[in-house]
Amino acid sequence: MVRDESKELRVKYVRSWLLPVIALAIAFAIGALMMKLQGANPLKAYESLFSSAFGSSAGISKTLGKATPLIISGLAVTICLRAGLFNIGVQGQLLAGALASAWAGYAIHGLPLFIHLPIALFFGTFFGALTGIIAGALKAYRGVHEVITTIMLNSLVLQLGEYLAYGPFKEPGQQLARTPEVLSSAKIPDLFGMPVGFFIAITLAVIAWWIFKKTTSGFRLETVGRNKNAAWYAGISVKRSILISMFVGGGLAGLGGAIETLGVVGRYEPAFNAGLGFDGITIALLGRANPLAVIPGAILFGGMRGAGGSMQFAAGVSPDIIDLILALVLFFVTAPLIGKWIKTVRGNEAITTGGWGN
Amino acid sequence: MKTPLLELTNITKKYPGVIANEDISLTVNKGEIVALLGENGAGKSTLVKAVFGLVRPDSGEIRINGHLIAPGDTAGAIAHGVGMVHQHFQLVPVMSVTDNIILGDEPTRGLFINKRAARAEVLALSEKYGLQVDPDAIVENLPVGMQQRIEILKALRKDVDLLILDEPTAVLTPQEIDELLNVIRNLAKSGVGVLFISHKLREVIAVADRIVVLRNGKAVGITTPKESDEEGLAHLMVGRDVVLQVEKGEAKAKEVVLSIRNLHVNDDRKLTAVTGFDLDVHAGEILGIAGVEGNGQRELVEAICGMRPRIKGSVLVSGVETPDMHPRRVHAMGISHIPEDREKHGLVASYSIEDNLVLNQFDQPPFAKGWIRNAYALESNANTLVKEFDIRTPSIKTTAGALSGGNKQKVVVARELSQKTKVVVAAQPTRGVDVGSIEFIHNQLVAARDNGAAVLLVSAELDEVLSLSDRIAVMFGGKIVAFLDGKDADRAKIGRLMAGLSE
Amino acid sequence: MIKKYLGSRWSPFVATFSVILFFYLKDALATTSVVATSITFGLPLAMAAMVGIMCERTGIVNIGIEGTLLVSSFIGFFVASVSGNLLVGLFAAVCMGAVSGLLLALLSVTWKMDQIIAGTIINILATGLTSFFYKQGHTLPSTFPEIDIPGLSAIPFFGPVLFMHGPLTFLGFFLILVLWVALYFTPWGLRSRSVGEHPGSADTAGVSVVRMRYLNVTIAGAFGGLTGAYLTLELVGSWDRGFSAGRGFTALALMIFGRWNPLGALAAALFFGVAQAITNQLMITEVVTIPLQFTNMLPYVLTILILAISAGKVRAPAAEGQPYEKESA
Repeated sequence: MVRDESKELRVKYVRSWLLPVIALAIAFAIGALMMKLQGANPLKAYESLFSSAFGSSAGISKTLGKATPLIISGLAVTICLRAGLFNIGVQGQLLAGALASAWAGYAIHGLPLFIHLPIALFFGTFFGALTGIIAGALKAYRGVHEVITTIMLNSLVLQLGEYLAYGPFKEPGQQLARTPEVLSSAKIPDLFGMPVGFFIAITLAVIAWWIFKKTTSGFRLETVGRNKNAAWYAGISVKRSILISMFVGGGLAGLGGAIETLGVVGRYEPAFNAGLGFDGITIALLGRANPLAVIPGAILFGGMRGAGGSMQFAAGVSPDIIDLILALVLFFVTAPLIGKWIKTVRGNEAITTGGWGN
Repeated sequence: MKTPLLELTNITKKYPGVIANEDISLTVNKGEIVALLGENGAGKSTLVKAVFGLVRPDSGEIRINGHLIAPGDTAGAIAHGVGMVHQHFQLVPVMSVTDNIILGDEPTRGLFINKRAARAEVLALSEKYGLQVDPDAIVENLPVGMQQRIEILKALRKDVDLLILDEPTAVLTPQEIDELLNVIRNLAKSGVGVLFISHKLREVIAVADRIVVLRNGKAVGITTPKESDEEGLAHLMVGRDVVLQVEKGEAKAKEVVLSIRNLHVNDDRKLTAVTGFDLDVHAGEILGIAGVEGNGQRELVEAICGMRPRIKGSVLVSGVETPDMHPRRVHAMGISHIPEDREKHGLVASYSIEDNLVLNQFDQPPFAKGWIRNAYALESNANTLVKEFDIRTPSIKTTAGALSGGNKQKVVVARELSQKTKVVVAAQPTRGVDVGSIEFIHNQLVAARDNGAAVLLVSAELDEVLSLSDRIAVMFGGKIVAFLDGKDADRAKIGRLMAGLSE
Repeated sequence: MIKKYLGSRWSPFVATFSVILFFYLKDALATTSVVATSITFGLPLAMAAMVGIMCERTGIVNIGIEGTLLVSSFIGFFVASVSGNLLVGLFAAVCMGAVSGLLLALLSVTWKMDQIIAGTIINILATGLTSFFYKQGHTLPSTFPEIDIPGLSAIPFFGPVLFMHGPLTFLGFFLILVLWVALYFTPWGLRSRSVGEHPGSADTAGVSVVRMRYLNVTIAGAFGGLTGAYLTLELVGSWDRGFSAGRGFTALALMIFGRWNPLGALAAALFFGVAQAITNQLMITEVVTIPLQFTNMLPYVLTILILAISAGKVRAPAAEGQPYEKESA
């Protein structure tokens, strides 16, 4: 029975692009319907949204800046997914990174930029990794499912951050709860008008892709994600893989938070970036756990989020609709065709669900 | 002309890439025992599952007592008097015997289950068919033979007109098989029609009134025990002459390579599965362990290969003790393992054949230099092995999950036997494998032996053990109860030993 | 002998009972109010845990309880506010919950999606929908009033604790008991459990796995809707973004800790409620001053602790999380 392998591969390739596009189209259509119900003009809304996001160099710069933490958090979720873990804690890991880097940014004095900035970034990455590995350790050693622990940690970090921003880390003389602004020696500079963070993010994505494709470490994580038993049998330490992926994932998310803090916001505020982590999950699922596919998704999301304000201004539509549209995109992408397709490509083992006791 | 009890007309069922059943018609009459014979993958299970509504045929008709049964209608099949004993037991492990038997048709008092009536019913059923069971026992604590009784009682609970048995003898000793065949004969005498699936020629000839042979999804012959014999049936099953005994020369046994001393191992329920086990296997010999499944074989193999903790005792390769609970290191010491559960331990189904062939060496040269994997080495290794081990696949990039059972097993065998190895532990190496692949794998094991490896064969298929082994050890209750020479082995004697009886 | 006693299942109850008795003797009023509020804190968690139990016992992992709570409390609140009628709001919430359950069933049973992803989708959809449609300024006409059962509510301590609650509280308790009885004593319960442990055995006994899963998950969703209604219409009296506050996830932890048994989860939820009520009490009386955020953290820390202790050792329904393929039996 001769099968046309190249045709099969072509079909798969087309499918992998076609379906997200269809999902986007349907989601936008429903969004348009919602806008109509509110009495607004959807065409005008979409037009202003996209022209603001992609139509000018200032707009593109903003889009890329917004996309940066999304790429990184999407990458964090992706790496964990590859290892069979569903890391919903990116939000908390990101916040931990933001908080830590903000502190390092204002509390450490007298260092030149090329020392201070890396240190601040390191703080962010480290504390994000720490947050991640708590959930990882609970899973590896106690068998606690990472979905619940990471969500709990999200709230914990949020509360901790609030406490610190209202208390010990509070900017003196300020009513608002926030940390003092980070020193200029810790701020990420712009390069040719484009946010540097974006290029860091792309590089990280490429590195991640390469690691999974070409290295033994990537092979180990991937095998654990697909068949824990076979992985153990092949001599791969499942526990170590879980710990590593949660550490790296958390670290990436922390780095994303640090880049956002040091490059854009300049301090830690409790109202920081409410949805970055969850967008990261959506983007990772949209990209079907492929590190490179995270990039276009992040750019789209970043563009839409960044341009929400101008859409409201131009067409009177509340930016909340973007939440809805993105949620719908996720829904339609992970819809039936995809569900079955994921199974045939990744096999029955690509299931992150396994019950709660390991 | 009586209406047949079961009438299948032109049943066809296709799966992606394979035609499981092609245009099959057969009938079973009241009081008749019809055997469905065929090798693994011939389509027998698929066909009877269609009768019971577990599989929806693409076309064809199923009539029971003349009534047309809708595809996929299990409840309907049950209502029309069909009972089925499944190859893999369909019992809920954590529930009691009673709960399992009454499931789906529970005696009630108002809205609630009438537990007392349920219990009484189970005891009455047990009496009627002479199959003793304890209604309150929890199924997962019961030995496999007992579980099968429950499976049978569950099927017989309603007055069945047609009983289907799917490979019922896999887990029984030769004596238990005889008892089961008697139960079947008695049922037939009382008017029940029996459709009996097996790939074991001996049983089929012993009990069937008619034999239907399936090959590659088609019915290729209908015959009776009088008209045919084992060779003839095997020929029909496979389509060519089949070598029923593997050809092997004399064993040239040398020094002891694998030593097991006083091994104690527990099973998943923390009960003793292997106790006081001693064994020596020599280079250049095949030692086969015969025994009914459930007597500790699985736990033994897992302990040897570093997959299950050793409570006491040691496993030595050329005098050096192997580490506990570290499959990779045990492998590095020279023990190759063909695992019993290839889906779970042997393969990653969604990986390519290429990757699967290096699953336990992926980080070693030439497949990786330090951190970087060597795609070229992977490819050439895969091409070589696919040819050498006759793995039927469109390409080396195909995912392993897409292969047939036999080819999947060949991937595992290729991987394990292509490495230099002192010991080969083969656990159920030909389970679920087609006859052609079985022959191939058997020859590979003999070749490994002739190359100086010590081969430990653990199999529930007595014929396989008899055919391959130079020496035979019979395992019962977690220890070896007898050693026999391969040449003198007497089926009946081994059967008694397997059942724990003295010779 | 002491060791055996400590290890027995009853020791936590005896310990709690003694502690409560001790405090009651010190300050009857405060103790009564703490225990009574622990019921009002703990019950919604217990009810949410029931949602999880019904789904998981039938083999469906439901991460989306949070989303169900969010979206049904939202609908309950707004419908009640707009219509001026609490009962209409209640009805709407229950329906919305059932719809979310139906959606989960569709995604996981028919479309065979990974159930954790399916649940996450429900959560994300719920967040997106509720934040988009949220409008400020709505208020409820009232909340469900507390009902004092005549006579019984006058008993010291047990009166206020057990017999003075809102109608949905009583209903919730009752339904939890009904679930327990149904699960272990009725044919429906036996079939549901078998579907969750070994769907093949149910299928071959003529029980439709698909139908049981759809039925149970939808009813569980409706129950989640009731919980959402309870939260907004009886307990809190308003609604705001992020209303469910992680309860859906805590409920999962309680379900695991209670070993997928309704009464076990109820007990776990009540303990949780006691912890929260005590912290509340300490804050109010300013016995101990802890920053607000740390008290907010308490439920999350507790959840993690509960799971760290129990999760690895318990045995979930064996077939949960796996889509049932009929042709694999």
